[in-house]
Amino acid sequence: MIPPETTSKEQTDMSTAGGPSERSQAAPGASASRAKVNKSGHGVKVTDLHAYYGSLHSIKGISIDFPPNEVTAIIGPSGSGKSTVVRCINRMHEEIPGARAEGSVTLDELDVYGEGVDVTAVRRLIGMVFQKPNPFPTMSIFDNVAAGLRLTGTKTSDLRHLVEHSLQSVGLWGEVKDRLGEPGIGLSGGQQQRLCIARTVAVEPEVILMDEPCSALDPMATLKIEELIDELKERYTIVIVTHNMQQAARVADTTVFMLDGQVIEHDATNKMFTRPNDERTERYVTGKFG
Amino acid sequence: MSAVAARFPEVSPRRRRTDRFMRASLLAGTLIALVPLVLVVYFLLKQGLGAWSGSFFSSDPNGNFFGNPGGIRSAIFGTLEMIALATLIAVPIGIGVALYLVEYGKQSAFANIVRYFIDVMTGVPSIVFGLFIYISLVINHVGGASFAGWKGSVAVSLLMLPVVTRSAEVVLLLVPDSLREAALALGAPRWRVVSRVVLPTALPGLVTGSLLAVARGMGETAPLLFTAGVTFLASSNINQQMNSLPVQIFNDITSPRQAVVDRAWGAALALVAIILVLNLVARFVSRRSRMA
Amino acid sequence: MEASVTTATPGRSVLERSAASRLPDRLLKWGLTALAGAILALIAYFFIRLIGESGDTFSRFGLSFIFGNDWDPSRSIFHGFPLVAGTLITSAIALILGVPVAVAAALYLNELCPRRFRTPLAILVDLLAAVPSVVYGLWGILVLAPKLLPAEKWFASTFSFIPFIGGGTPTAPNYFLAGLILAIMILPIVSAISREVIATVPPEHKEAALALGATRWEMIRMAVLPYARPGITGGAMLGLGRAIGETIAVVLVIGNAPLLGSHLFNQGYTLAAVIAAEFGEAANTPVHSSALFAAGLVLFVLTLIVNIVARWFVVSGHRGRRRGAGAMVEAQAASVGEVG
Repeated sequence: MIPPETTSKEQTDMSTAGGPSERSQAAPGASASRAKVNKSGHGVKVTDLHAYYGSLHSIKGISIDFPPNEVTAIIGPSGSGKSTVVRCINRMHEEIPGARAEGSVTLDELDVYGEGVDVTAVRRLIGMVFQKPNPFPTMSIFDNVAAGLRLTGTKTSDLRHLVEHSLQSVGLWGEVKDRLGEPGIGLSGGQQQRLCIARTVAVEPEVILMDEPCSALDPMATLKIEELIDELKERYTIVIVTHNMQQAARVADTTVFMLDGQVIEHDATNKMFTRPNDERTERYVTGKFG
Repeated sequence: MSAVAARFPEVSPRRRRTDRFMRASLLAGTLIALVPLVLVVYFLLKQGLGAWSGSFFSSDPNGNFFGNPGGIRSAIFGTLEMIALATLIAVPIGIGVALYLVEYGKQSAFANIVRYFIDVMTGVPSIVFGLFIYISLVINHVGGASFAGWKGSVAVSLLMLPVVTRSAEVVLLLVPDSLREAALALGAPRWRVVSRVVLPTALPGLVTGSLLAVARGMGETAPLLFTAGVTFLASSNINQQMNSLPVQIFNDITSPRQAVVDRAWGAALALVAIILVLNLVARFVSRRSRMA
Repeated sequence: MEASVTTATPGRSVLERSAASRLPDRLLKWGLTALAGAILALIAYFFIRLIGESGDTFSRFGLSFIFGNDWDPSRSIFHGFPLVAGTLITSAIALILGVPVAVAAALYLNELCPRRFRTPLAILVDLLAAVPSVVYGLWGILVLAPKLLPAEKWFASTFSFIPFIGGGTPTAPNYFLAGLILAIMILPIVSAISREVIATVPPEHKEAALALGATRWEMIRMAVLPYARPGITGGAMLGLGRAIGETIAVVLVIGNAPLLGSHLFNQGYTLAAVIAAEFGEAANTPVHSSALFAAGLVLFVLTLIVNIVARWFVVSGHRGRRRGAGAMVEAQAASVGEVG
């Protein structure tokens, strides 16, 4: 599929950046409610989100509800802005110089872009798995999983237990339990990606964002990750960006089709792939997209 | 799903404090790094400008114990002459070696050895180059005289050579292979490709590297001390001893006469000014010609 | 590529160029190769001559040239331990003072600095390398030395209970001043190489840290520093090489006393300084000048070893991640070279 000309620069055109990344405008209704987030079952609501790279307007006012304990897939051609959307949810977007976002993202009642909200806290609650497996190259398997825990000052005695638990939940424990001290980059690509998921899961987030997590993996490793996603949704709300429609069909409860920075269609995955409402969706899911 | 009112977990105050403290420390480090530059420039201007009088640039220094100690004319001439000659030696050879490395040697064992020793040369102290030339050219009176301006040039060119070569190699590597291939595909022989395509494309970068090398050579004292000798006289004969700005400053600093020490400040200001201009011109040239 | 143009077909064909037309190509190729070879030969020649000229000293004094503690030209005794020690002390001070500042500046410029200040600040740090060493010496001895002396006296008497660091009677030229000037002089090269190495840290690693909820500093500690450590170490070693070999600034601020100073604020000597300071008087005394050549040889070998180790670190720090990055770093190293 060929990406539409207008937005294909989205990923690359960041150099026009002028000043430091600006903090996005606060959305209304931030401070009203303050209480403790429960362990599971919290959805994310994106409302009228706009994102920019310098002067490039890449996300043009989208609103999506990501229901709790469900897997939502975002599909669309390259440059449609799907990665940008997930990066806006945990505010990784603003790490790109010159990039900024406007609108509202809420985790339950919590305004992610609220005044005085600490980005590090946002990212603790909304974890992220990247396209390319990125274990810290200088750390062992154990240290990789423990990396996030150590930040929050988890006691060393608890670490071992939590690391084991996280590795078990991604199905990696059996494979690596005898070589926890070896470097994480010594693992295969699929294992590395599961290690990264374990690292994310270890800090017990509410939501896990996955930005094309299987695009660098072979089919077998992909299958394992997909099975894992299915298990993880019991405890987490999952948003997965994928360019692979079969993958969306396999793992997602609902699917969002994006084009040109806008949401074209958002529906139950099943319906989306069999009876889409929009003609553009149909052309895309049937591979006829021009 | 009960919509629990919630708030974000606090980042512990300790982490927040550490973060703030470390950011501030890194900023402080940057500012501390700039303090010496500011101070040196300030004192150079304060002490040096006072020494710049009308005859400062137009009179040679003299050894008189009383009265006007003279200016820095011979030092300026000597520096310009010797650096010009050093540039004439170092730039063609340096670029030649870089051409060999990029166009012919590439990753061959011999090329890598050459590359390695060129790197090693950048780390050799300048005084050692002075000794090299002293041993091989000065003590056996090569060319008739013992100390001579051209020997100073050779010593300085040895210092400039690795700077020219390494920067030229980087610039030549930036010339896209597609350009070379396009020319070769037209049937041009290699030497024409090099002279008509590669060198002109890389020219601004080569100029920048050469200017930086000149700026580096210009401030060298140690190698000149053993090779060009110490003299007050202006000379256009490169086979005689030659004065230079760094050497004159070096000798003037230890003088008991305040007028001579002032002359050192004035000469230092002149030297730093020349070097800064060269640096800025070099940056300007490279800025205008970003290839990639 | 070349083969397609100059294929040597047996017998004459349109594809074959005449020997005359191929000549310039061969001349260029072999000319340039010879030039590169000549550089190697020249370095070897210099090295051998230096060994030859200092042979007399080594046969006379042997290892006590390095480890003996008595340097007295008037009695023709050249036991250079005070020089070796002075070189090591001043270089160590330079590293202790210079490297943290240089790395801090590199981290700030690459990871924290607002983009529009980044280039100007980086240029300013680099400009430290543009100041000639004789000017640092001038400023050091005429401005810095008298201003620091009262502080040094206070420090020495307050901390007189710490061996070496405190105590003694500070003099205006001393080890500390030399180390401080050297720290300033190695700062730009260490910082430039650190910046270059830090810039190669893949953004994925930094994002991984941030996505875990790391603060900026935690990201630096977690993803940037471990990855860049070998390269930074190499940069510091290159700085060490510079500090060891620096002559003119040191000879002006160390006092040139051929004694082993027992305190940080005592006068001393270094291998490089002795050559510049005694060169004039030694010219007519072969034993003395041979001793200075020997000092030069020790200096040369010392810097050679330090540089070889440094390059190993810088190159292994890059682990071939970016084609040409190593060359870029070394070219940086060359162009940000100290002006001595």
